[in-house]
This record gives sequence, C-alpha cells and structure tokens, in this order.
Amino acid sequence: MTRVVETGAGDLPPAPVVLKGRRRLHWRRERVVTLMFLAPALIYVLAFYLYPIVFNVIMSVEKYTLKTFVTGEAPFIGLDNFTRLVNHPEFWPAVMNTVWFTIGSLFFQFTLGLLIALFYQHRFPLNSILRALILVPWLAPVLVSGAIWVRLLDQDYGVVNFFIHSLGYQGQISWLTDPHLSLISVLIANIWIGIPFNMVILYGGLQAIPRVLYEAASIDGASAWQRFRYMTWPLLRPVSTVVLLLGLVYTLKVFDVIMSITRGGPADTSQTLNTWAYSLAFTNAFNFGLGAAAGDILLVIVLIFGLLYLRYAYRELRETTR
Amino acid sequence: MSVSATAPRLRQARQSSRIKSAGWTLAGILITGFMLFPLYWIVNLSFMRQTDLLQNPPPFIPSNPSLDAYQAAISTAGGYIQSSFIYAIGTVFVTMIVATPAAYALATIRARIGSLLLFALVLAQMAPGFVVANSLYSAFNTLGLLNSYQAVILADSTIAVPFAIIIMRAFMLGIPHELGEAARVDGAGQLRIFWSVYLPLSRTALITAALFSFLFGWGDFLFALILNSNPDHTPITVGIYRFIGAYSVEWPSVMATAVIAIIPATILLALAQRYIAAGITAGAVKE
Repeated sequence: MTRVVETGAGDLPPAPVVLKGRRRLHWRRERVVTLMFLAPALIYVLAFYLYPIVFNVIMSVEKYTLKTFVTGEAPFIGLDNFTRLVNHPEFWPAVMNTVWFTIGSLFFQFTLGLLIALFYQHRFPLNSILRALILVPWLAPVLVSGAIWVRLLDQDYGVVNFFIHSLGYQGQISWLTDPHLSLISVLIANIWIGIPFNMVILYGGLQAIPRVLYEAASIDGASAWQRFRYMTWPLLRPVSTVVLLLGLVYTLKVFDVIMSITRGGPADTSQTLNTWAYSLAFTNAFNFGLGAAAGDILLVIVLIFGLLYLRYAYRELRETTR
Repeated sequence: MSVSATAPRLRQARQSSRIKSAGWTLAGILITGFMLFPLYWIVNLSFMRQTDLLQNPPPFIPSNPSLDAYQAAISTAGGYIQSSFIYAIGTVFVTMIVATPAAYALATIRARIGSLLLFALVLAQMAPGFVVANSLYSAFNTLGLLNSYQAVILADSTIAVPFAIIIMRAFMLGIPHELGEAARVDGAGQLRIFWSVYLPLSRTALITAALFSFLFGWGDFLFALILNSNPDHTPITVGIYRFIGAYSVEWPSVMATAVIAIIPATILLALAQRYIAAGITAGAVKE
C-alpha cells in the first residue's frame, strides 16, 4: 500500500514552494486520503488485470504444460508456441471463423437493433413495457440462452425445423452436427442475444436527436426515407460508431454461446480463436503455453479496437461537452 | 375547443388516431413476441414430460402440464442454484468494496493517476476472459485457492468492477461540488463527505452497479468452468452445460433449470427497469 502511495505522489503536480508549513501538511494529507480511496482499485487492477495479462504473455513464451504444475519447470522456448500455433491445421480455420462470426454478428445485431429502435420511436400504448421486455434475452446468462438454442435447433424435434418444414422445405437440416451449418447456428443465437444491447443504445441515441428537426423537415416535405438518410443516419453516427466498436470487442471474446451450442465442433468447424485457445489449454492438449499464445493474439486484436474505441469515445465526449 | 363546430371532426380524428396507435401496439407485441419466442418455448417445454417431446409438431401449449420437470430440476440442480447465489452475492460484495471509493475519488479529484486508472479500467474490461482465467488458474493453483468459492468470486468481479466504477463515477460527477465544499466548511473530512454526502445521493447508481454485479456473478460460466472442478461448488451455468453435454438429455428438467436460471434477470428487470436501462446506456458494457 505504501508503494502505491509513493508512486502515486510522483505523478502529482509538485506543491508550490510558497505554501506555509501547516497548509502544505494539510494539502499532503488530502492527497494521501485520495490515494487511500483509490488504493483498493489500484491494487485490484494490478492483481487481476495487469498481472494476468503479463503472466499470460510470459506463459506464451514458455513450455508451460500440465507437467509444469508438478515440477514447477517452465522452460523458455521463445516464439516456438507461436510458430506451432500458426502452423497448426486448425489455426486459419479458427481465424476465419472468428472473422465471419464477428462480421455476421455485428451486421445483423446492428441492423435489426436499429430497426427495432426506430420502431419504438413512435409513441403508442405499452411502448415502454414492450421495449423493456426485449431486454430479457440479454440479461439472461449467456450460457443459458445458448442452451435454449440447442433445443430450438434440434434436428428432429426442434421448433426451427418445424417452422421451416411448414414453409414447404422437406429436407432435414442438421443445424448442430452439419459442419457447414455449425457456425451459422452459433451466429443465429449470438445475433439474438446481441440485438437488445444494440437496440437500447441506439434507442438512446435516437431519443437525443431533437424532434424539432424532424418537424421542420416534414414541413419542408422530406419523405420518411429522406429524413432517415439525411438526418437520422448522420446524426446517429457517433452512437453507431460506439455501438459497433464495443460490439466488435465483445464479439471477439464470445465464449459461452459457442461452448453451449457446439463446443466448437463438429470437428472444430465452429471454433473461434477464443474457444480454440480454451481447448488448447484446458481440454485437448493441456498446453497452457500454446493456449496463452492464442490468447495473446486475441488480446492484441481486442486492445487495438479497444484503443480505437477509447480515442473515438473521448474525442466525441470532448466535442459534445464543449 | 369543445364548443366549436369542429368538435365532430376532432372526434373522428381522435378515433382514427386511436386505431392507428392500436396498430402500432399490435406491431410492437409482434416484434417483442418474436424476440421472446425462444424464452416462451423453454417455459412451454419445462411444463412437459419427456414423452411429450417426441411429438412432431411439438405442442405449442403443454396439453397436460406437469411440474415433474421442476421437481427434478430442484432435486438435481438445487446445489447449483445455491452456488450461483454465493458467487453472485460475493461478486456484489467484492465489487462494491473496490469500486465505490474509487468512483468517488475519480469523480471528485483531478489527478493524473485518476485518469490513468480510468483508462486502464476501460481497456481492462475488454480483455478476453480466457486470458485472465488462464493466468489466474496457475496463480490460484500456487495459492491453493483453486476450487474455492473465493477464486471464482474474485475472477467474476473482474467483469463487474470496471463497469461499476464507470457508472458510479459518471453519476457522482453530476453531484454539485458545492455540497462537498459546504460539508468541508462544516469541518467534514473526505471520509465523512464520501459516506454522508456522496453515498446517500448516489443511491440510484449504487443500486444499478450492485444489480449488474449480481447478474455478472450469476451468469458467469467461463471462470467457474476453468477455476472450479469441485462438484459442490458448481454454479447453474456449468450445471446446464454438463446436462446438455450428456448422451441422453432430459430436456424438460434442463429447460426447467434454464427457466430458474433466467428468473433473477427477470425479477431484476421488473423491479429495477429504469436503473437497468440507465446502466446499459451509461456504461455500455456487457460481456
């Protein structure tokens, strides 16, 4: 704790020398109290974010396996884990699955979320309760939502195939066991889970657009499409960007949905970088170093987009508060 | 307005607008109903017996509703539910202790270390859970904490702490500075101002942060899957994961367990709707 106080004080502007002794003492005490308020969070960040991230990077350059837990030995092997990873037959499929899964999720979550948000801009009875109910799928544990879809997509008794059959298609669709469909199945479930989040944020953004603008445009004879294209869309852009960047970061980390529906299978056809990293470390090989290397790659991608988000969000913030 | 000759026309207009708004409501019910259909479906299945599920088309309303599935769920998953409660409440506890003072300090004091911390938090909550879990697994192994409630609670709170700090700080920024200054003139120290001025005024934000922490702890799957292998500490999420991985799945009781797992989210939404909408928009955070 004392170390935190010292390093913290180093960051503070130097005290003006002219201060009289007592006032200076008081000023210092204030700073110490401030740091005491921050101390739990600072220690927490060091122990539960910084340490795990740094340790994960260290593991990825070591031969860190189940044996390490017995012998305590984790020899340094440089970038071996990374070369093994990139040459692994499952690496590129996992990368491409991650890319398609992310693009598909973002596109459909955003589009459908925006359409629903636009719909709920109208005032009508029960609006707020119906809008609130949409949030339930998003607040439910993600693993449970996934489990629901396992049943809905069941080949023989699932209700999705029942609807498809009643539309006239007679073939059997094996959503969960067909290697060509497994990724689409987890994508469908993930889109369903993500729509409420997009809807709520976009709804907030739409509400912030002054109604007077629309009224003025209506008087000038703008059609609904023109109002959307030339007013709503550009004015919503800051919010859309934030939603998409956050959505991107969260989609890259999706784990529970895939684990509950396909567990990355069949034959790793729905494995993304995240679930694949888990399987390398904890189910197949118990190779924690290899899993850590896959985790590193994911981490770097996530942090790049995270920084983009921060830069964007803060610039917007500064512009809007001015 | 009521006496003029335009009254009948007004009435007509009002009537047609009423029909129109009924149309909107109907469309809203269809949209929300479509989104909630999967949830309806599991509730439907949870009131059936295993043999009812072999019908095709599946019945849209249980023809012969039964509570067998719930009985089975409670007898097999009762322990899971208990563990989930322990994780959720523990997460709330850890999160609030760490986050509340930090949010106060970040809202009231301008210091470089403060903005650095805020920056670190926003990035930290984006780190993939697997990376955190992979490292904590060996750290907790060394400390002998694997398979304990504490291990999973500490890991679960990594999802909640940044979110809680961000939304509580945002709220506390809106509390007028003068209130704290007035208390200071009256001789109150920082601790007193925090405890007697800021905390009571931030009740909304505190409730929101606590609610979300509860949901994060309740809904966690990854950390419990990796950091715990003790069957007595298995939460409901991992329990369901094991159920659906079994060779023959007792669907009605799995669906009943799923319904039970969703109940806390539904109750919280009903009780605290405005807090939740506020939380999502302010924090814009979700795993």
